[in-house]
Amino acid sequence: MFELDVVTLSRLQFALTAMYHFLFVPLTLGLALLLAIMESVYVMTGRVVWREATQFWGTLFGINFAMGVATGVTMEFQFGTNWAYYSHYVGDIFGAPLAIEGLMAFFLEATFVGLFFFGWKRLSKVQHLVVTWLVALGANFSALWILVANAWMQNPVGAAFNPQTMRMELTSFAEVLFNPVAQSKFVHTVSAGYVTGAMFVMSIGAYYILNRRHLAIARRSLTVAASFGLASALSVVVLGDESGYTAGENQKMKIAAIEAMWETEPPPASFTVFGFPDLKSETTKDEIRIPWVLGLIATRSLDKPVEGVKALVERAETRIRNGMAGYQWLAKEGGRPNAAVPPELEASMRDVGHSLLVKRIRPDIENATNAQIHEAALTTIPDVPVLFWSFRIMVALGFYFIALFAVAFYLSSKRRCGKPWFLRLTMYSLPLPWVAAELGWIVAEYGRQPWIIDATMPTFLGVSNVPASNVAASLAAFVLFYSALAIIDVALIVKYVRIGPQSEEPHSSGAPALPAPASAKNL
Amino acid sequence: MLDYMTLRLIWWALLGVLLAGFAVLDGFDIGVAMLHPFIARSDAQRRVTLNTIGPVWEGNQVWFILGGGAVFAAWPPLYAVSFSGFYLAMLLVLIGFILRPVAIVFRGKREERGWRETWDWLFFVSGVVPALIFGVAFGNLLQGVPFHFDQTLRATYEGGLLGLLNPFALLCGIVSVTMLAMQGAAWLSVKSEGDVAVRARRYGAIAAILLVLLISVAGLWTLFGVEGYRIAGAIDYAGPSNPLAKTVTREAGAWLDNYRAYRWMIAAPAAAYAGALVAALAFAFAARRIALLASSLSVAGVAAMAGFSMFPFLLPSSTQPSQSLTVWDASSSKATLSLMLVAVIVFLPIVLAYTSWVYYVLRGAVSEAAIRRGDDYYY
Repeated sequence: MFELDVVTLSRLQFALTAMYHFLFVPLTLGLALLLAIMESVYVMTGRVVWREATQFWGTLFGINFAMGVATGVTMEFQFGTNWAYYSHYVGDIFGAPLAIEGLMAFFLEATFVGLFFFGWKRLSKVQHLVVTWLVALGANFSALWILVANAWMQNPVGAAFNPQTMRMELTSFAEVLFNPVAQSKFVHTVSAGYVTGAMFVMSIGAYYILNRRHLAIARRSLTVAASFGLASALSVVVLGDESGYTAGENQKMKIAAIEAMWETEPPPASFTVFGFPDLKSETTKDEIRIPWVLGLIATRSLDKPVEGVKALVERAETRIRNGMAGYQWLAKEGGRPNAAVPPELEASMRDVGHSLLVKRIRPDIENATNAQIHEAALTTIPDVPVLFWSFRIMVALGFYFIALFAVAFYLSSKRRCGKPWFLRLTMYSLPLPWVAAELGWIVAEYGRQPWIIDATMPTFLGVSNVPASNVAASLAAFVLFYSALAIIDVALIVKYVRIGPQSEEPHSSGAPALPAPASAKNL
Repeated sequence: MLDYMTLRLIWWALLGVLLAGFAVLDGFDIGVAMLHPFIARSDAQRRVTLNTIGPVWEGNQVWFILGGGAVFAAWPPLYAVSFSGFYLAMLLVLIGFILRPVAIVFRGKREERGWRETWDWLFFVSGVVPALIFGVAFGNLLQGVPFHFDQTLRATYEGGLLGLLNPFALLCGIVSVTMLAMQGAAWLSVKSEGDVAVRARRYGAIAAILLVLLISVAGLWTLFGVEGYRIAGAIDYAGPSNPLAKTVTREAGAWLDNYRAYRWMIAAPAAAYAGALVAALAFAFAARRIALLASSLSVAGVAAMAGFSMFPFLLPSSTQPSQSLTVWDASSSKATLSLMLVAVIVFLPIVLAYTSWVYYVLRGAVSEAAIRRGDDYYY
C-alpha cells in the first residue's frame, strides 16, 4: 500500500483540490455562454422574460463563480507551496501561460462579472449584453491558457534543459502555444463545460416543468439548453482529445493503458469495448474487441501502429540506460556557471528524465542493477484498470448526453417538453456531466503518472522539501474547509432553485401547462 | 531586443507595480473586510460596506493571482523558495482569500441573523489574517529567511511558522494591518454615505496617524536593528540564473545603501509619510477623494520602500547569505522575460482601461436608504 510521505500527501492534496475546483469551472464555462445567449435573445426580441431568465441563471452563476474564484487561487499557489522543485525546474516555461491567463483572461472575466450583477440599471441593454459576452469570453480564454500549461506537462515542447541553471528553459513559445495536445484539450474541455452548463439549465428547467412552476422561463431555458447541449455533446465526443494521444511518450502509454493494449497490434489496431485488465499477467480477460476502430481514433490513419504497453516499457528501459551517462555528467558539472553539455552526451541528456525514475528505487542511480532498471521501467505503466474503466464510463456518458440532448432538441423543435418520465430522467441526469469531467481528469492526470512532466521529470522529484506533517495539516484543513463550503454552496443553490426566477409579469408561476406559449415563436 | 540586465531590471520594477496595484486595489477590499464589523453596525449598514466593494472585488482579487503568476513566470526560484518556505503561512493566506469571496457572496443569501453575523466575522478574519501575514512576510524578507540550496538547486527551508513571528516581523505585520485599514477606510469614506462614511473617516484618521508612527519605528528599527545584505565583489548582471555563484556579506545599515547611491529613491518613504499625513488631514476635513488618493499614495510608497531598501535582493538567506536570491540570479531566461514583457505591454493598458471604465460606470456612493429601497444592490 502507499505510505503517507510528502509525495503521496502532496499528490493527494493536489488531486482533491483540483477536482474540487473543477466542480465549479465547467459550470462557469457553460453557464457564462448560456447567459450571453439568453441575454442576446432578450436584446434582440425585447421580451422581459428573457432578461428574467438571464438574471435567474445569473444568480446561480454568481454563487458558483465565487466558489470557482476562491478555489482557483489554491491551484496557482500549490505549485509553489507543494511542488517547489517542479516550480524551479519548469517555471521558466510553465509560469508564462499562467501569468498570461491572469492578464488576458481572468482580469477580463472578473472585472466584468461585477458589472454583470450591478450594471442592469446603469448600462444600456446593448452595453450590458457586451459585458455578459466579455465575461463568457474571459472564461473561455482562461481555459485556453490553463490548458496550454497543462498540455505542456503532457507533451513538453519548445523547451530545453540548461545545465547552468539546472532547469528547463523556453526555446519556442509558439511551440508551447500550438502544442497539439493543448489544441485538442482546449476544445474537449470547454465543450465539456458547455455540456455541464446545458445539463444544469435543462435539469432545473425540467424540475420546474414537472412542478408546473415558472413555465415561461423554464420552457425557454430548456429550448436553449437542448440545442446548445446537443452541439456541445457532439463536439465533446467527436473532438475528444484522443487525437492528442499520439504526441509524447507518456501520451502513447496513456492510450495503451486506456485500451489495456499490452501488445502492439498490426495497424489499424482494434478497440476493446469491454474486458478485465490484469496488471500481474499483463493481459485483459473476457475482452470484446472491434477491429480497426482504435487505429482510426488514435492515429487518424489505417497504417500507423498504436504501440502496446510492453513495447513502451522496453523503450523506457532503453532510455533509462541511455540517460545514465548524461546524468553522471550532470551530477558532476551541473549548476556550474559555465557548464555546457559535451556534444557526445547530447543524445544521452534527452533521456536523463528517464534515468531519474531510478531515484525512487535507489539514490545512487548510476549503480543500479539490471533488475532495478527494469523495475524503474515498469513504473512507467499507469494504473491500467482505473484508466480503462474511467475512460469507458466517460465515453458512455458522452454518448448518453448526445442521446438525451438530441431527444430534448427534437421535442423542443416540436414545441413539446416531453413526458414526465423524460423530464424526470433529465432532472436526475444533473450530476452526470460532473462525473464525466472528473473521470476525464483522472484519465489525463492519473494517466500521466509517473511523470509530472512527460519523460522529463518524475512526479516524486517535483515536491517541496517540507515536513510531511505540514502537508498532512494543510490536507486536513482543505478537506474540512472545502467540505463545509460544499455543503453550504449546494444548500444555497438548492434554496435559490426552489425560490425560482423573480418576475414582474404574472406569466410564470401557477400558469397552466399549455402546449406552447405564444411567445415561443420568437425562438 | 533588450539585454538581459535591462529585462531583469524592468521585471523587478514590474514586480513592484503589481505589488503596488495589489496593495492599493485589493488593499481596500482587505481594509473594508477588517473594518466591516466595527464601522457598520446594523444589517443595512453592513450591506452598505459589502456593496461598496461588491462589484469590484473579483477584479481586485486578480491582482493577487496575477502577482503570483508573474512571480512564477519571471522569478521562478523566488516563487519556489518563498511559497514552500512560508508553507503554513501561505495556507492561512489562502484560507483568507477563499473566505473573502465566499463571505461576500454567501452572507446575503439567507435572512437569519446568526448566519449573517457569522459571515460578517469570517469576512473580518479574511481581511485581517492575510494583511497581518503579508506584513510579517515582508518583515522576514528584510531580515532574511533560513534557506539553502543543494547543487541541483533544490531548496531547503529550516524554519517553521513560529519562526516567522519575531518582534520585528510582527511590527511589520501591524504596519500592514494599519495601512490596509486606512486604505479600506478611505474607500468607504468615498463610496458610502451616512453613519458608515462618518465612522470610516474617524477610523481612517486614527489609522493614518498610527501608520506614520509605526513606519517611523519600523524604519528606525530597519536602519539600526536589522542587518542588511550586500553583494561583495563583481556582479555578473547578465549571468545565468544560478544563485550559488556570488558572495554576500551582512551589515547593519546595509539597507540604506540604495538611498545613498540613488537619492531619488527617497521619494518612496516621502510618499509613504506624506500620503499618510495628508490622508489624516483629509479624513479630518472630510475631503474624501483626497483621502483616497493620499492613502493610495502612501500604500504604494510603503510597498516601494520595501523594494528599494532590499534591491537587488529579492529573498535574502539568513543561514547562507551567499545563496540569497537577487535580481541578477533568480530570474527567468531572457526569452521568457522578453515574452512576458510583450504580454504586459499589450494587455496591462487594456486591463487598466476597462478597469477604469468599470469604476467610472459604478461611480457614486452607496447609501443606507438606497439599500433599503432595494435599488440594484446585489449583496
